[in-house]
Amino acid sequence: MSADLLARAMTATRVLDEAGRLLRGVETPDGAMLLDGYRRLILARRLNDQAGALVRQGRLAVYPSSRGQEACQIACATVLADRDWLFPTYRDAAAICARGVDPVEVLTLLRGDWHCGYDPVEHRVAPQATPLATQLLHAVGVAHAATLRGEDTVVMALCGDGATSEGDFHEACNFAAVFAAPVVFFVQNNKYAISVPLARQSVAPSLAAKAVGYGMPGIRVDGNDLAALNLVLGEAVARARSGGGPSLIEADTYRIEAHTNADDATRYRTDDEVAEWVARDPLSRLRTYLTGVGVLDESQEQEFAAQAEEMAAQIRAGVGAETSVNPDDLFAHVYTSLTPQLIEQRAALRNELTLEEAS
Amino acid sequence: MINELPKMTMAQAINAALRDAMTADESVVMFGEDVGTLGGVFRVTDGLTRDFGENRCFDTPLAESGIVGLAIGMAMNGMRPVVEMQFDAFAYPAFEQITSHVAKMSNRTRGRLRMPLVIRIPYAGGIGGVEHHCDSSEVYYAHTPGLTVVAPATNTDAYGLLRASIESPDPVIFLEPKRQYFSREEVDLTSAVPPIGRAVVRRPGRDATLIAYGPSVPVAITAAEQAAAEGRDIGVVDLRSIVPFDDETVCAEVRRTGRAVVVAESAGFASVASEIVARVTERCFHHLEAPIGRVTGFDIPYPPPKLERHFLPGVDRILDAVDALQWEPTAAPVMS
Repeated sequence: MSADLLARAMTATRVLDEAGRLLRGVETPDGAMLLDGYRRLILARRLNDQAGALVRQGRLAVYPSSRGQEACQIACATVLADRDWLFPTYRDAAAICARGVDPVEVLTLLRGDWHCGYDPVEHRVAPQATPLATQLLHAVGVAHAATLRGEDTVVMALCGDGATSEGDFHEACNFAAVFAAPVVFFVQNNKYAISVPLARQSVAPSLAAKAVGYGMPGIRVDGNDLAALNLVLGEAVARARSGGGPSLIEADTYRIEAHTNADDATRYRTDDEVAEWVARDPLSRLRTYLTGVGVLDESQEQEFAAQAEEMAAQIRAGVGAETSVNPDDLFAHVYTSLTPQLIEQRAALRNELTLEEAS
Repeated sequence: MINELPKMTMAQAINAALRDAMTADESVVMFGEDVGTLGGVFRVTDGLTRDFGENRCFDTPLAESGIVGLAIGMAMNGMRPVVEMQFDAFAYPAFEQITSHVAKMSNRTRGRLRMPLVIRIPYAGGIGGVEHHCDSSEVYYAHTPGLTVVAPATNTDAYGLLRASIESPDPVIFLEPKRQYFSREEVDLTSAVPPIGRAVVRRPGRDATLIAYGPSVPVAITAAEQAAAEGRDIGVVDLRSIVPFDDETVCAEVRRTGRAVVVAESAGFASVASEIVARVTERCFHHLEAPIGRVTGFDIPYPPPKLERHFLPGVDRILDAVDALQWEPTAAPVMS
């Protein structure tokens, strides 16, 4: 591995600085693509806020917010082609929505109607993974099957900094590298695994630097810089699609909110630390840049805000709608056909419910 | 002239099933540790890489969670993977992938993502293996809803049940009794593929029924033959599938004989044998002449080679259990 590659694993790639200025020597990013990305950031932020509100109203059991990580969410979904696959975790609802899945279907898991509320095959989005890092291996499998059939599908596999400690992270990186599988491992390093800080997960020079051990490129990128994320993830996708194998991308970002509503982040981090990252907000950085170069104006801001409000209203209506759950569903999909035992148990439950109704 | 069936070992029968499945369906792929050039440590995949190419039968890095996780993703993307866990106890690193994903994927996606994959596991003891090579791990899988658990006991069934398992739209844990790998029997490759979930009566009996699966079936048959020499007509039911469980066939036999012993090699506590006793008792209580007996391994880790004969359920223990099935009319209680 050349010194240049290692350097890219250590120093985060940036396009815009924290004040929203284009860095010197960097190619000017495509304005129209960034403007659409900005619109999507607004929607993602609104999704996070709306879902959080629905938890407080008791409409959702829980919501792991990606506030502060919206640029990562949007970039990883929008660099993919329709035929590609996304493997999200529980914190990646905004990425799934950016892939075109109805937000109400995404939130079904958290509303408690069923485990996965969307059609993974139609959208080419795997069910949100709650166990850590297990889905990375499935991503490698999807990619390897595509390679064996001669297809040029790319798979984007998401995880957080905590998940890089799991054995399956290691196995997935190694399998992907050995099979030259078209996978992009995208680690959103948001600095905490619930309460445990990065220093307790790893003392590697960077998470991206772990790629060296697997023989694949590892690249660190500013996770609050949409232009840089588009660039780095786009390169990794292109490399995978052309047969160049997997990459490991680490986004340097921050989880602004607590792990979930059930968590109390004040027990393990300071307000000052959070404030430092709020100042690096991915939305305001991009807004400053786009306004400065004349791509974004006030009327577009209003238009995007209106789109976000419309989406939020649809989420409120959809999540708030009374849904009926069918107890028969408990048995329907455990196997392709019901076993004799499940037929017996379903009959017993039906009988119980009939008696309950009669009384 | 009588057409003689070919004689082959169980390893060869399984190899034939893999070959025939791979020939019939291009989406069937085989992978695991040492299954490529070497042909597997038990030679079950002998020649598959040579004959089907490296894309159809290949070695993976040495990581069981990785192997099963890879299979899940390939099944999500249109393949029918068959994977080999080298030994029963070496499958445990894949436990999370099996229980949290293989077993649940269909249910959590309302059947949208099915898992048509087979996890082949050489299992159980009797080969003089050192530790971690002889576990009877069936109960872990049988306890997990969503998994089908199949355990062939004959070479013909090893062929037929593996074909059925590969064709199944649901994930199958395929438990291969490793001490029978090199036993040679006549194998009928042309007989109808046995349906998963149906037990078979290996030997009809009038007086009592032995219920067994996998490597315990030949032991049970030997015990029944010996009992016959002593004047007792003992039947043997081979479960073939642990999940789904064939209550119908098992209970019909027990109702007919009124006496039963379950034979299984794994530790007995909270085992498949316990489950069989419980469910057959619930369904057949009024036909029973005696409590159902159990002959299982002790509740200990699998013993070292020089002690394994004391652990394995053998013919004598089975016959003792049959003898204990209250054959004499119960004496009237003595009033004190």
